[in-house]
Amino acid sequence: MSLVELVDLQQRHGSRTTLRNVSLSIEEGEILAIIGPTGSGKTTLLRLIDQLDKPASGKVLFDEREVIPRLRTQVRRKIGMVLQKPVVFDASVYDNVAYPLRVRKYDKKAIPEKVNTMLQTVGLDGYRKRNARTLSGGETQKVALARALVTDPQMLLLDEPTANLDPASLNTFEELVLRFNREKGMAIVIATHEMAQGQRLAHRIGVMMEGELIQVGQPADIFYAPSDIRVARFVGVENILRGCIASNEGGLAEIETNGHSLEAVTDHRRGEEVHLCIRPEEVTVSLQPASSSARNTFRGEVKLMALSGPVARVEIDCGLTLVALITRRSAEELGIKVGQQVHASFKATAIHVISRG
Amino acid sequence: MSAASTILAALVCIPIGGLISFRSFRGKRFLLNMIQTLYSVPTVCVGLFVYLMISRSGPLGAMGWAFTPTAMVLGQAILITPIMIGMTVSALSGVDKTIKDTTLSLGSSQAQAIWAIIKESRFAMGAGLILGFGRAISEVGTAMILGGNIAGYTRVLTTAIALESTQGNFATALALGIILLCVALVMAVTVNIVQQRR
Repeated sequence: MSLVELVDLQQRHGSRTTLRNVSLSIEEGEILAIIGPTGSGKTTLLRLIDQLDKPASGKVLFDEREVIPRLRTQVRRKIGMVLQKPVVFDASVYDNVAYPLRVRKYDKKAIPEKVNTMLQTVGLDGYRKRNARTLSGGETQKVALARALVTDPQMLLLDEPTANLDPASLNTFEELVLRFNREKGMAIVIATHEMAQGQRLAHRIGVMMEGELIQVGQPADIFYAPSDIRVARFVGVENILRGCIASNEGGLAEIETNGHSLEAVTDHRRGEEVHLCIRPEEVTVSLQPASSSARNTFRGEVKLMALSGPVARVEIDCGLTLVALITRRSAEELGIKVGQQVHASFKATAIHVISRG
Repeated sequence: MSAASTILAALVCIPIGGLISFRSFRGKRFLLNMIQTLYSVPTVCVGLFVYLMISRSGPLGAMGWAFTPTAMVLGQAILITPIMIGMTVSALSGVDKTIKDTTLSLGSSQAQAIWAIIKESRFAMGAGLILGFGRAISEVGTAMILGGNIAGYTRVLTTAIALESTQGNFATALALGIILLCVALVMAVTVNIVQQRR
């Protein structure tokens, strides 16, 4: 059943439209990641769900009831939110985490136990009496999370929650989020510009660009079958080529692009103008023509090679420019350097075809 | 008496300051400039204004407030109103804007959110209170015009100092001045203790 239903939401800040025709339903117990570049409207969307702002038009339904002004506080009390730059009250860590319980007029005797359990869960039990303003960025984030979770909300909204966490805290944070989702069936919406995080955590991903929700789907769909080249670019498809379908026989199409011919698995018909998306990690690089099942092989010259941690990014000029992402080890084994002649190849199934309407 | 006027002024000014601070409206900047200008309104002018209101022939003459402590409290409260509103506005604007969103997202009602913001700004608010009290307790003009310096009734420290000085009793006048400062000290310390305890 859907917990939150957004119907045709629009939002404006001054004369600027920050959200356009967003309709989305968020199911009970799901983790939904909203990904998109900075300024694409992710925060605006979360603020509307949490009833912090009123939409310029459209409506929000919670538990199948439209949220009218009278119900806003009530709905907000069923949702926990961690803001992008969380601020803590100038008070002890304990008082910060107890605050949401106090404003809900919880039984005074039950508060200490709830707060202490929560502090233990997020690993802050030694910090009870510390003034929350004296904490580091990561610790502040934990206080903010504890404060949002202490009331066992039906839904948790996280706005760029891991922007200032170190890798270790990041892991703990993500484990915690998964645990709350699993154990309590809490619906979680994470806004992040880090697509890898969305991929790691989410059951579904929504991609936002310039205030529009362009595509919503399973992570695999978003990463391997983007519906739009803006989405493709954002999720790391570095090879986007323009082409035209020359023929299609039983789903195996021949596509003309820049004087080259490619083979791709697609349903698009002959004569259609298309964009071809090839993820860089699908492109293999070899010194000899590949003898594998890869149907598309091009010879070209290495124009650029950049090492980044365990991977190497190789730009190859084969008449069309292809970017390949290979492991650092294989780059070293092949002895790849700028100016070298190599073969770049990829399978017909590695090409995702989008029609260019 | 000055404490009474400070409390009276605070009761009026904190909500007004809150309104000015939380709402955005046309002429807000102009209003703040006016309020800040009124910080330096001469005490005798306020005294005179209130006197005209409450004197026998004034609009509030029927209340019979002329030359009573009530009149003095009223006068001093009006005197320090601009400072108290101004200090409230600047105290509240010093609080991180996201505090309000934070409290709301944590489930507070509007009223609980505003209370949380006032609590966050307690140090600046306290400073405002002390400043208002300081102006009220140390002024002569309003007290003299509205109270009339009647011994045992409307004579306060400052009017007594003025009287003793004109009579040449400088030692007494100075001693009274020191007493006044002691009262101010007690007030400042009290406010600070209350702030730290929260």
